[in-house]
Order: sequence, then C-alpha cells, then structure tokens
Amino acid sequence: MSAIATPLPETRAAWTLPYRGKVGIACLIIAESSIFTIFVVAYLYYVGKSPAGPTPGEVLETPIFYTICLLSSSLTVHLAARFLQSGSRGAFLTLWFLTIVLGGLFLFGTGQEWHRLIYEHGLTISTNLFGTTYYSLVGLHASHVTAGLIMLTTVLLFGLAGRVGSEQSARVEVLSLYWHFVDVVWVVVFTVVYVLGR
Amino acid sequence: MSSDAMTFASAEATRQPWVETLHEWVTTVDHKRLGIMYLLYALFFLGVAGCEAMIMRIQLMYPHNDFVSPQVFNRMFTMHGTTMVFFVGIPILFGFANYLVPLMIGARDMAFPRLNAFSFWLTTLGGAVLYFSFVGGNGLYGAGNAPDIGWWAYAPLTAKAFSPGHSSDYWTIALLVAGFGTIGTAINIVATILCMRCPGMKLSRMPLLPWLNLVVSGMVLIAVTPLSAAQMMLCVDRYLGGHFFDTQAGGSAVLWMHFFWIFGHPEVYILILPCFAFMSEIIPVFSRKPIFGYPVMVGATVCIGFVSMSVWAHHMFSVGMSAYTNSFFTITTLAVGVPTGIKIFNWIGTLWGGKIQFRTPMLFSIGFLFQFLMAGLTGVMLGSAAFASQLTLSYFVVAHFHYTLVGGVLFGVFAAFYYWYPKMTGRMLSERLGKVHFWLFLIGFHLTFDLMHIPGVLGMPRRIYTYEARPGWAILNFLISIGAFIQAVAVLVFVWNLISSYFKGPEAGNDPWDAWTLEWSVSSPPPAYNFASIPTVASRRPLWDLKHPEDPDSLYE
Repeated sequence: MSAIATPLPETRAAWTLPYRGKVGIACLIIAESSIFTIFVVAYLYYVGKSPAGPTPGEVLETPIFYTICLLSSSLTVHLAARFLQSGSRGAFLTLWFLTIVLGGLFLFGTGQEWHRLIYEHGLTISTNLFGTTYYSLVGLHASHVTAGLIMLTTVLLFGLAGRVGSEQSARVEVLSLYWHFVDVVWVVVFTVVYVLGR
Repeated sequence: MSSDAMTFASAEATRQPWVETLHEWVTTVDHKRLGIMYLLYALFFLGVAGCEAMIMRIQLMYPHNDFVSPQVFNRMFTMHGTTMVFFVGIPILFGFANYLVPLMIGARDMAFPRLNAFSFWLTTLGGAVLYFSFVGGNGLYGAGNAPDIGWWAYAPLTAKAFSPGHSSDYWTIALLVAGFGTIGTAINIVATILCMRCPGMKLSRMPLLPWLNLVVSGMVLIAVTPLSAAQMMLCVDRYLGGHFFDTQAGGSAVLWMHFFWIFGHPEVYILILPCFAFMSEIIPVFSRKPIFGYPVMVGATVCIGFVSMSVWAHHMFSVGMSAYTNSFFTITTLAVGVPTGIKIFNWIGTLWGGKIQFRTPMLFSIGFLFQFLMAGLTGVMLGSAAFASQLTLSYFVVAHFHYTLVGGVLFGVFAAFYYWYPKMTGRMLSERLGKVHFWLFLIGFHLTFDLMHIPGVLGMPRRIYTYEARPGWAILNFLISIGAFIQAVAVLVFVWNLISSYFKGPEAGNDPWDAWTLEWSVSSPPPAYNFASIPTVASRRPLWDLKHPEDPDSLYE
C-alpha cells in the first residue's frame, strides 16, 4: 500500500491556457450577437406591419458597392494582422490604412442612403414602424462600425508613431476579430433588410 | 541606512489619513476590494429596498388602510422589485464572485482588473440614476417622481402618454447602464476562469463555485443583453418618437413582454445559481465530506443554463398565446425541474453519513435546501399553463417567487456571508448573534411567505394598494406584515453582527472552518497579491492534499 502513497508530480511544462484577450472578445461578440438578434427579430416581426408608408420595397436600394467595401475590409485587416505578426510593419500600416478607408467608405454610404431616405422620401425614425426598425437596426450596426473605426484609427496613429510592433500582434488580432464580427453582422443585416425584408 | 529603514517602518505603522484610504478604495482595481465594495453597495440597497417592502406591508396590514397613497404604493413596488433584482441580487452575487473566483482558482487578480473597476462603477452609476428619479423624475410635468411602471414595465405603461415626466427614463437609463456593467463583469469572470487558472487546475478539478459562476456569466452574456436591447428600443420610443411598442402605429406590446422575459426568466437562474455555488462549497465543509457527484453537479448546472433559456413565456400564459406555445413552455418549465432536483439530491447525498456541524453557515444552508425545494414545488405548479391561468397575477405568484428569492437566494447569501466573512475581514462573526439572526429570520420568513400563498388562492391580486375585508383576508395580511417586521429585526441583528464582529470578533486565522479550497491557504484578509507563489494543484481539494499528505485526493480522482 505504501507504494502508492506518493502522488504523481504534475508535469509543469504542459500548462497553457488561452489568451485572455481572445476569450474576452469572444464573450463580447456573444453578448453583442444577442443584442443584434433582438433587433433583427424586432425588424422581421414588424416587416409589413406599418399602417402607413413608405414601405421598404418603395424606398430601399441595395448598397452593393459599399457592402463590397466593408466585406473586403475584413480581408485587409486580416492580412494586416498577419503582416504585423511576421514583422513587416510597412505592409501592416498600408493594409491597416486601407481597412480604415474601406470602413469609412461604408459609413459614408450609410450616411448617403440615410440622407436620401430623409430628404427624398421623408422617412425618419418616427415616420412609421419601418422607419423605427430600419434606422435602429442599421444605426446600431453603423455605431459599431464607428466604434471600430475609432479603435482602428487609434492603432494606426500608434503605428505611425512607431509604437506597434510584432509584440503587439496578439492585441491587434483581438481588434481584427471585432472587425470581422462587425462584417458578419452586416451580412445578416443586409440579408434581413435588403433581401428578406423587401 | 538603518535609520531609513526605521522611518519607513514607522511610517507604515501610523494610520494614513482617511482621505488617502478613500482615494485608494475609489481608484482600486484589486478584485478583493471591488468585491467588498460590491457587497457593501448591495447591502445598502438591500436596506433601501427592504424599507420599500416594509412601507408596502404596513399599507396592506389592514383593509382600507391609508398609510400611503395608491401612487406611492405603485412607486414602492416598482422600486422594490427593480432594486432587489438589479442593485441587490446581481451586485451581491458578483461581489462574492469577484472576491472568491480568483482566490479559488489560484490567480492573483481577474483577467481585466480595470474593466472590473469600470463595471463596478457603471453598476453604481445605475443605482444612483435610478434613485435620483425621486428628485429629478418630475420633469416639467409635475407628473410624479419615481418610476411606477412595475419592474416589468409592460407597454403601454412606459409610453409618453401614460408615463409623462422623466421617471420611466431614469428607470430605462439606470437599467441600461447597470446592464453594461453586468456584461463587463461577466466577460471578466469568463476570461478569468478560462485563462487564469493555476497550474494543475483543470476544469475537471475546479471547485464548483467557479464552475457555477462560469455558467452564470455565460448566461449573463446571452440573457442580460436582450434587456439592454429592449431598453434601447424603449429609449428610441420615448426620445425619438419611435413605434416599437406603440400599438397605435402597428407596434406590439406583447413583443416587449417577450423581450423582457427572455431576460427575466434566465435572470432568476442567474440569481439562484451562485447560491447553488455557495451551497456546493459550504455543505461539504460542514458535513466533512467531499461533494457528492461532482461531475453530475457540473452537468446539471450546464443543463439548467441551457434549459432556462427556453422557458421565458411561462410568465405570459394569460396573454393569449397559442395552445402549442403554452404546451411548449409548460414542458420546458417542468423539464428545468429535473436538473435542479438532481442538485438537491446531491446536496442531500453530501449530507448523508457526514459528521454534520451546525454552525451558522450550515444552518442557513439547511434552511436553503428545504425552502428552495418548497419554492421549486410551487414553481412546478405555476409552470403548468392550466394552473397558472387560475393563479397568475395573484399573491400566490408573489409568495412563490419570494420563496425562491428570500428563502433561496437570501438564505444562500447569508450563509455565504457567515462562511467567507472571516476570510474577508480576519474576524469571525458572532455565532450567538448568528443563531439569533437565523431563527428570527426563519420564523419571520415562514410567517410571511407561507401564509402569503393563501390570500393568493383566495383570489387576492398582486400590486393592489388596498383590499376589501373579505373573510380571512384581514387576519392573513396582518400576520404576513408581522412576519415582515420580524425579518426586518433579524436583518438588523445581522448588520449589528457585521459591524460589531469587525471590531471585536475573535481572530479567524487562515482556515477557521478546516476547509479544502485555495482561498483558505492564504492569510485573512489575503494580501493584495493573493498568492506569494502561484500554487500547483493535483486534485479538487488542494488543502486536503496539503493537510493529509499520507492520503491525498489526487490518488482517487
């Protein structure tokens, strides 16, 4: 019996746990998805229930160009993070800047569409149920794009000041995950608003 | 050289000015201090919301009483419910989670200490905004101050036409802000548990308290966010003239009910699961046995987490949903009783054959077991659509959920206070005062909430400010109010115990209960860095292994 009395020592080297930034952003993405789900459910539930116009079919135009902009920015941010990891800072900064430009273009597109809807069609958030659900869902997404652009620009400024190197690549990766999430949400919003909702 | 060292030592020995102490606490990112601040904050609001409950019970003591006006009564039940759920329940449980999770998994702090402080201060801001409504809720309308829309805030009560002034805005903003704080802490707890465990602490060796808090935090991420989304929609309606819940423009009042209860029902599990966690730590220690059926406990918790996400519409059986919907939510509601029953059996299995020590934490735990079982049984009754149609919106429902939240959550929280107070302060709470607290509270609780089922069955609706002197109603309501007073006295005994023991209680030492988890391996209160060297664990009871090197748990797991 005494032979088994010594507990086996743990092998210390094998102890690795996930990076907290990645787990944190994954949790944030789960929480945000839940918020977006509620807004999407509200949008779909209310489609066609407005007692008065304008209706989505009458006024919405599919923003294909700006959607391509936003979705391709997911690729550029991914490549930028890869370049940072491998240490080529010039390529990182260029692609990072391109991401901001593409995201900014998308935001400009949203602004243009809202301007058209408000001034040409008289659709505001309080006009009818469609206006309420449309502006809140698209606006919620646009506010996430804005938050993302602010964070991307902060990293760019630090990068131009020479403060972002490969040792920061794990953190940059976290931000790029957030940006991917914003893009995936747009795929859902696009499908709901411009495809199913019309 | 030596004089330098001496002045340094004497400077440390003198007490620093209170402004500096305050500054240290306000700017702290230490999980232990934040945990204690959460607890103090929650205890403060427990007192406030308790006073609101007392005002309601005084009003309902006699038929046709006029202690407060109907308007004030509406504000009292709204503020009581909102405060107890968002500014007592969540902060008190997050306070314990904040304090205990890093210590129990052998970490030096949470994964994101600054996010932790930020979340705490957001929650604080939420509470301040809610109570500022008493001062600022009038707006320009002279339209009544604090929110009076009930804690569900069903549409159209929240519409501008029915809630002029700003009281509902304060309610909305307070819950939105506090909700963000809650989500921040939940993210932090998940990241801490997944990324900060000490070497050797696999998930299968983690104590049940962090395990249950992991599940709770996951539920917070999915279930509290729908409330935030619904509050944003309500803001759009109230500020920007939107029509989400405006039935005249095609909006739906029932959609708000769904959104609210998609949050609201998981929320009660978010409140009760941390108390299950306390039970799973306290009952084994005072039974001198390891927890019975550890893997099943974890499995049952995860199962409760999943199933509780799909039971929300049992709050809406009387709304007029389809028969299929009613059946679905009846079945899921009854199904959630199964894993909960498993947990109760496992706690009884832990007690079975143990050398039970009836210290104060154990007394509250035993009270919890009986009362939570009772609450579960009335829950099963109400979970059946046919039965709920008869008793919904009556005092039977009020009795049921107070049985879970007072008889369950509050008893669990009291047990946790008696159990971990020595770790947090270095002093034991008085056993004598603790027993007085327990018996007074137990008697008051049963007088109030056992009897409260009966007026419900007799047909007394909830949320009424007064009632007719129907046969039996007056005496029952009088006794219910007496019970409430006894509970209030018991809570005062508890508060007195907390204060007096802090100064005069016997020294606790590192490990007053001869317990087995890592928080008892460090001094009481623990140093700012928690562990001088990060521990390595080889079993679920690392301190047992340390105390019994001849027969460690690691041989059997």
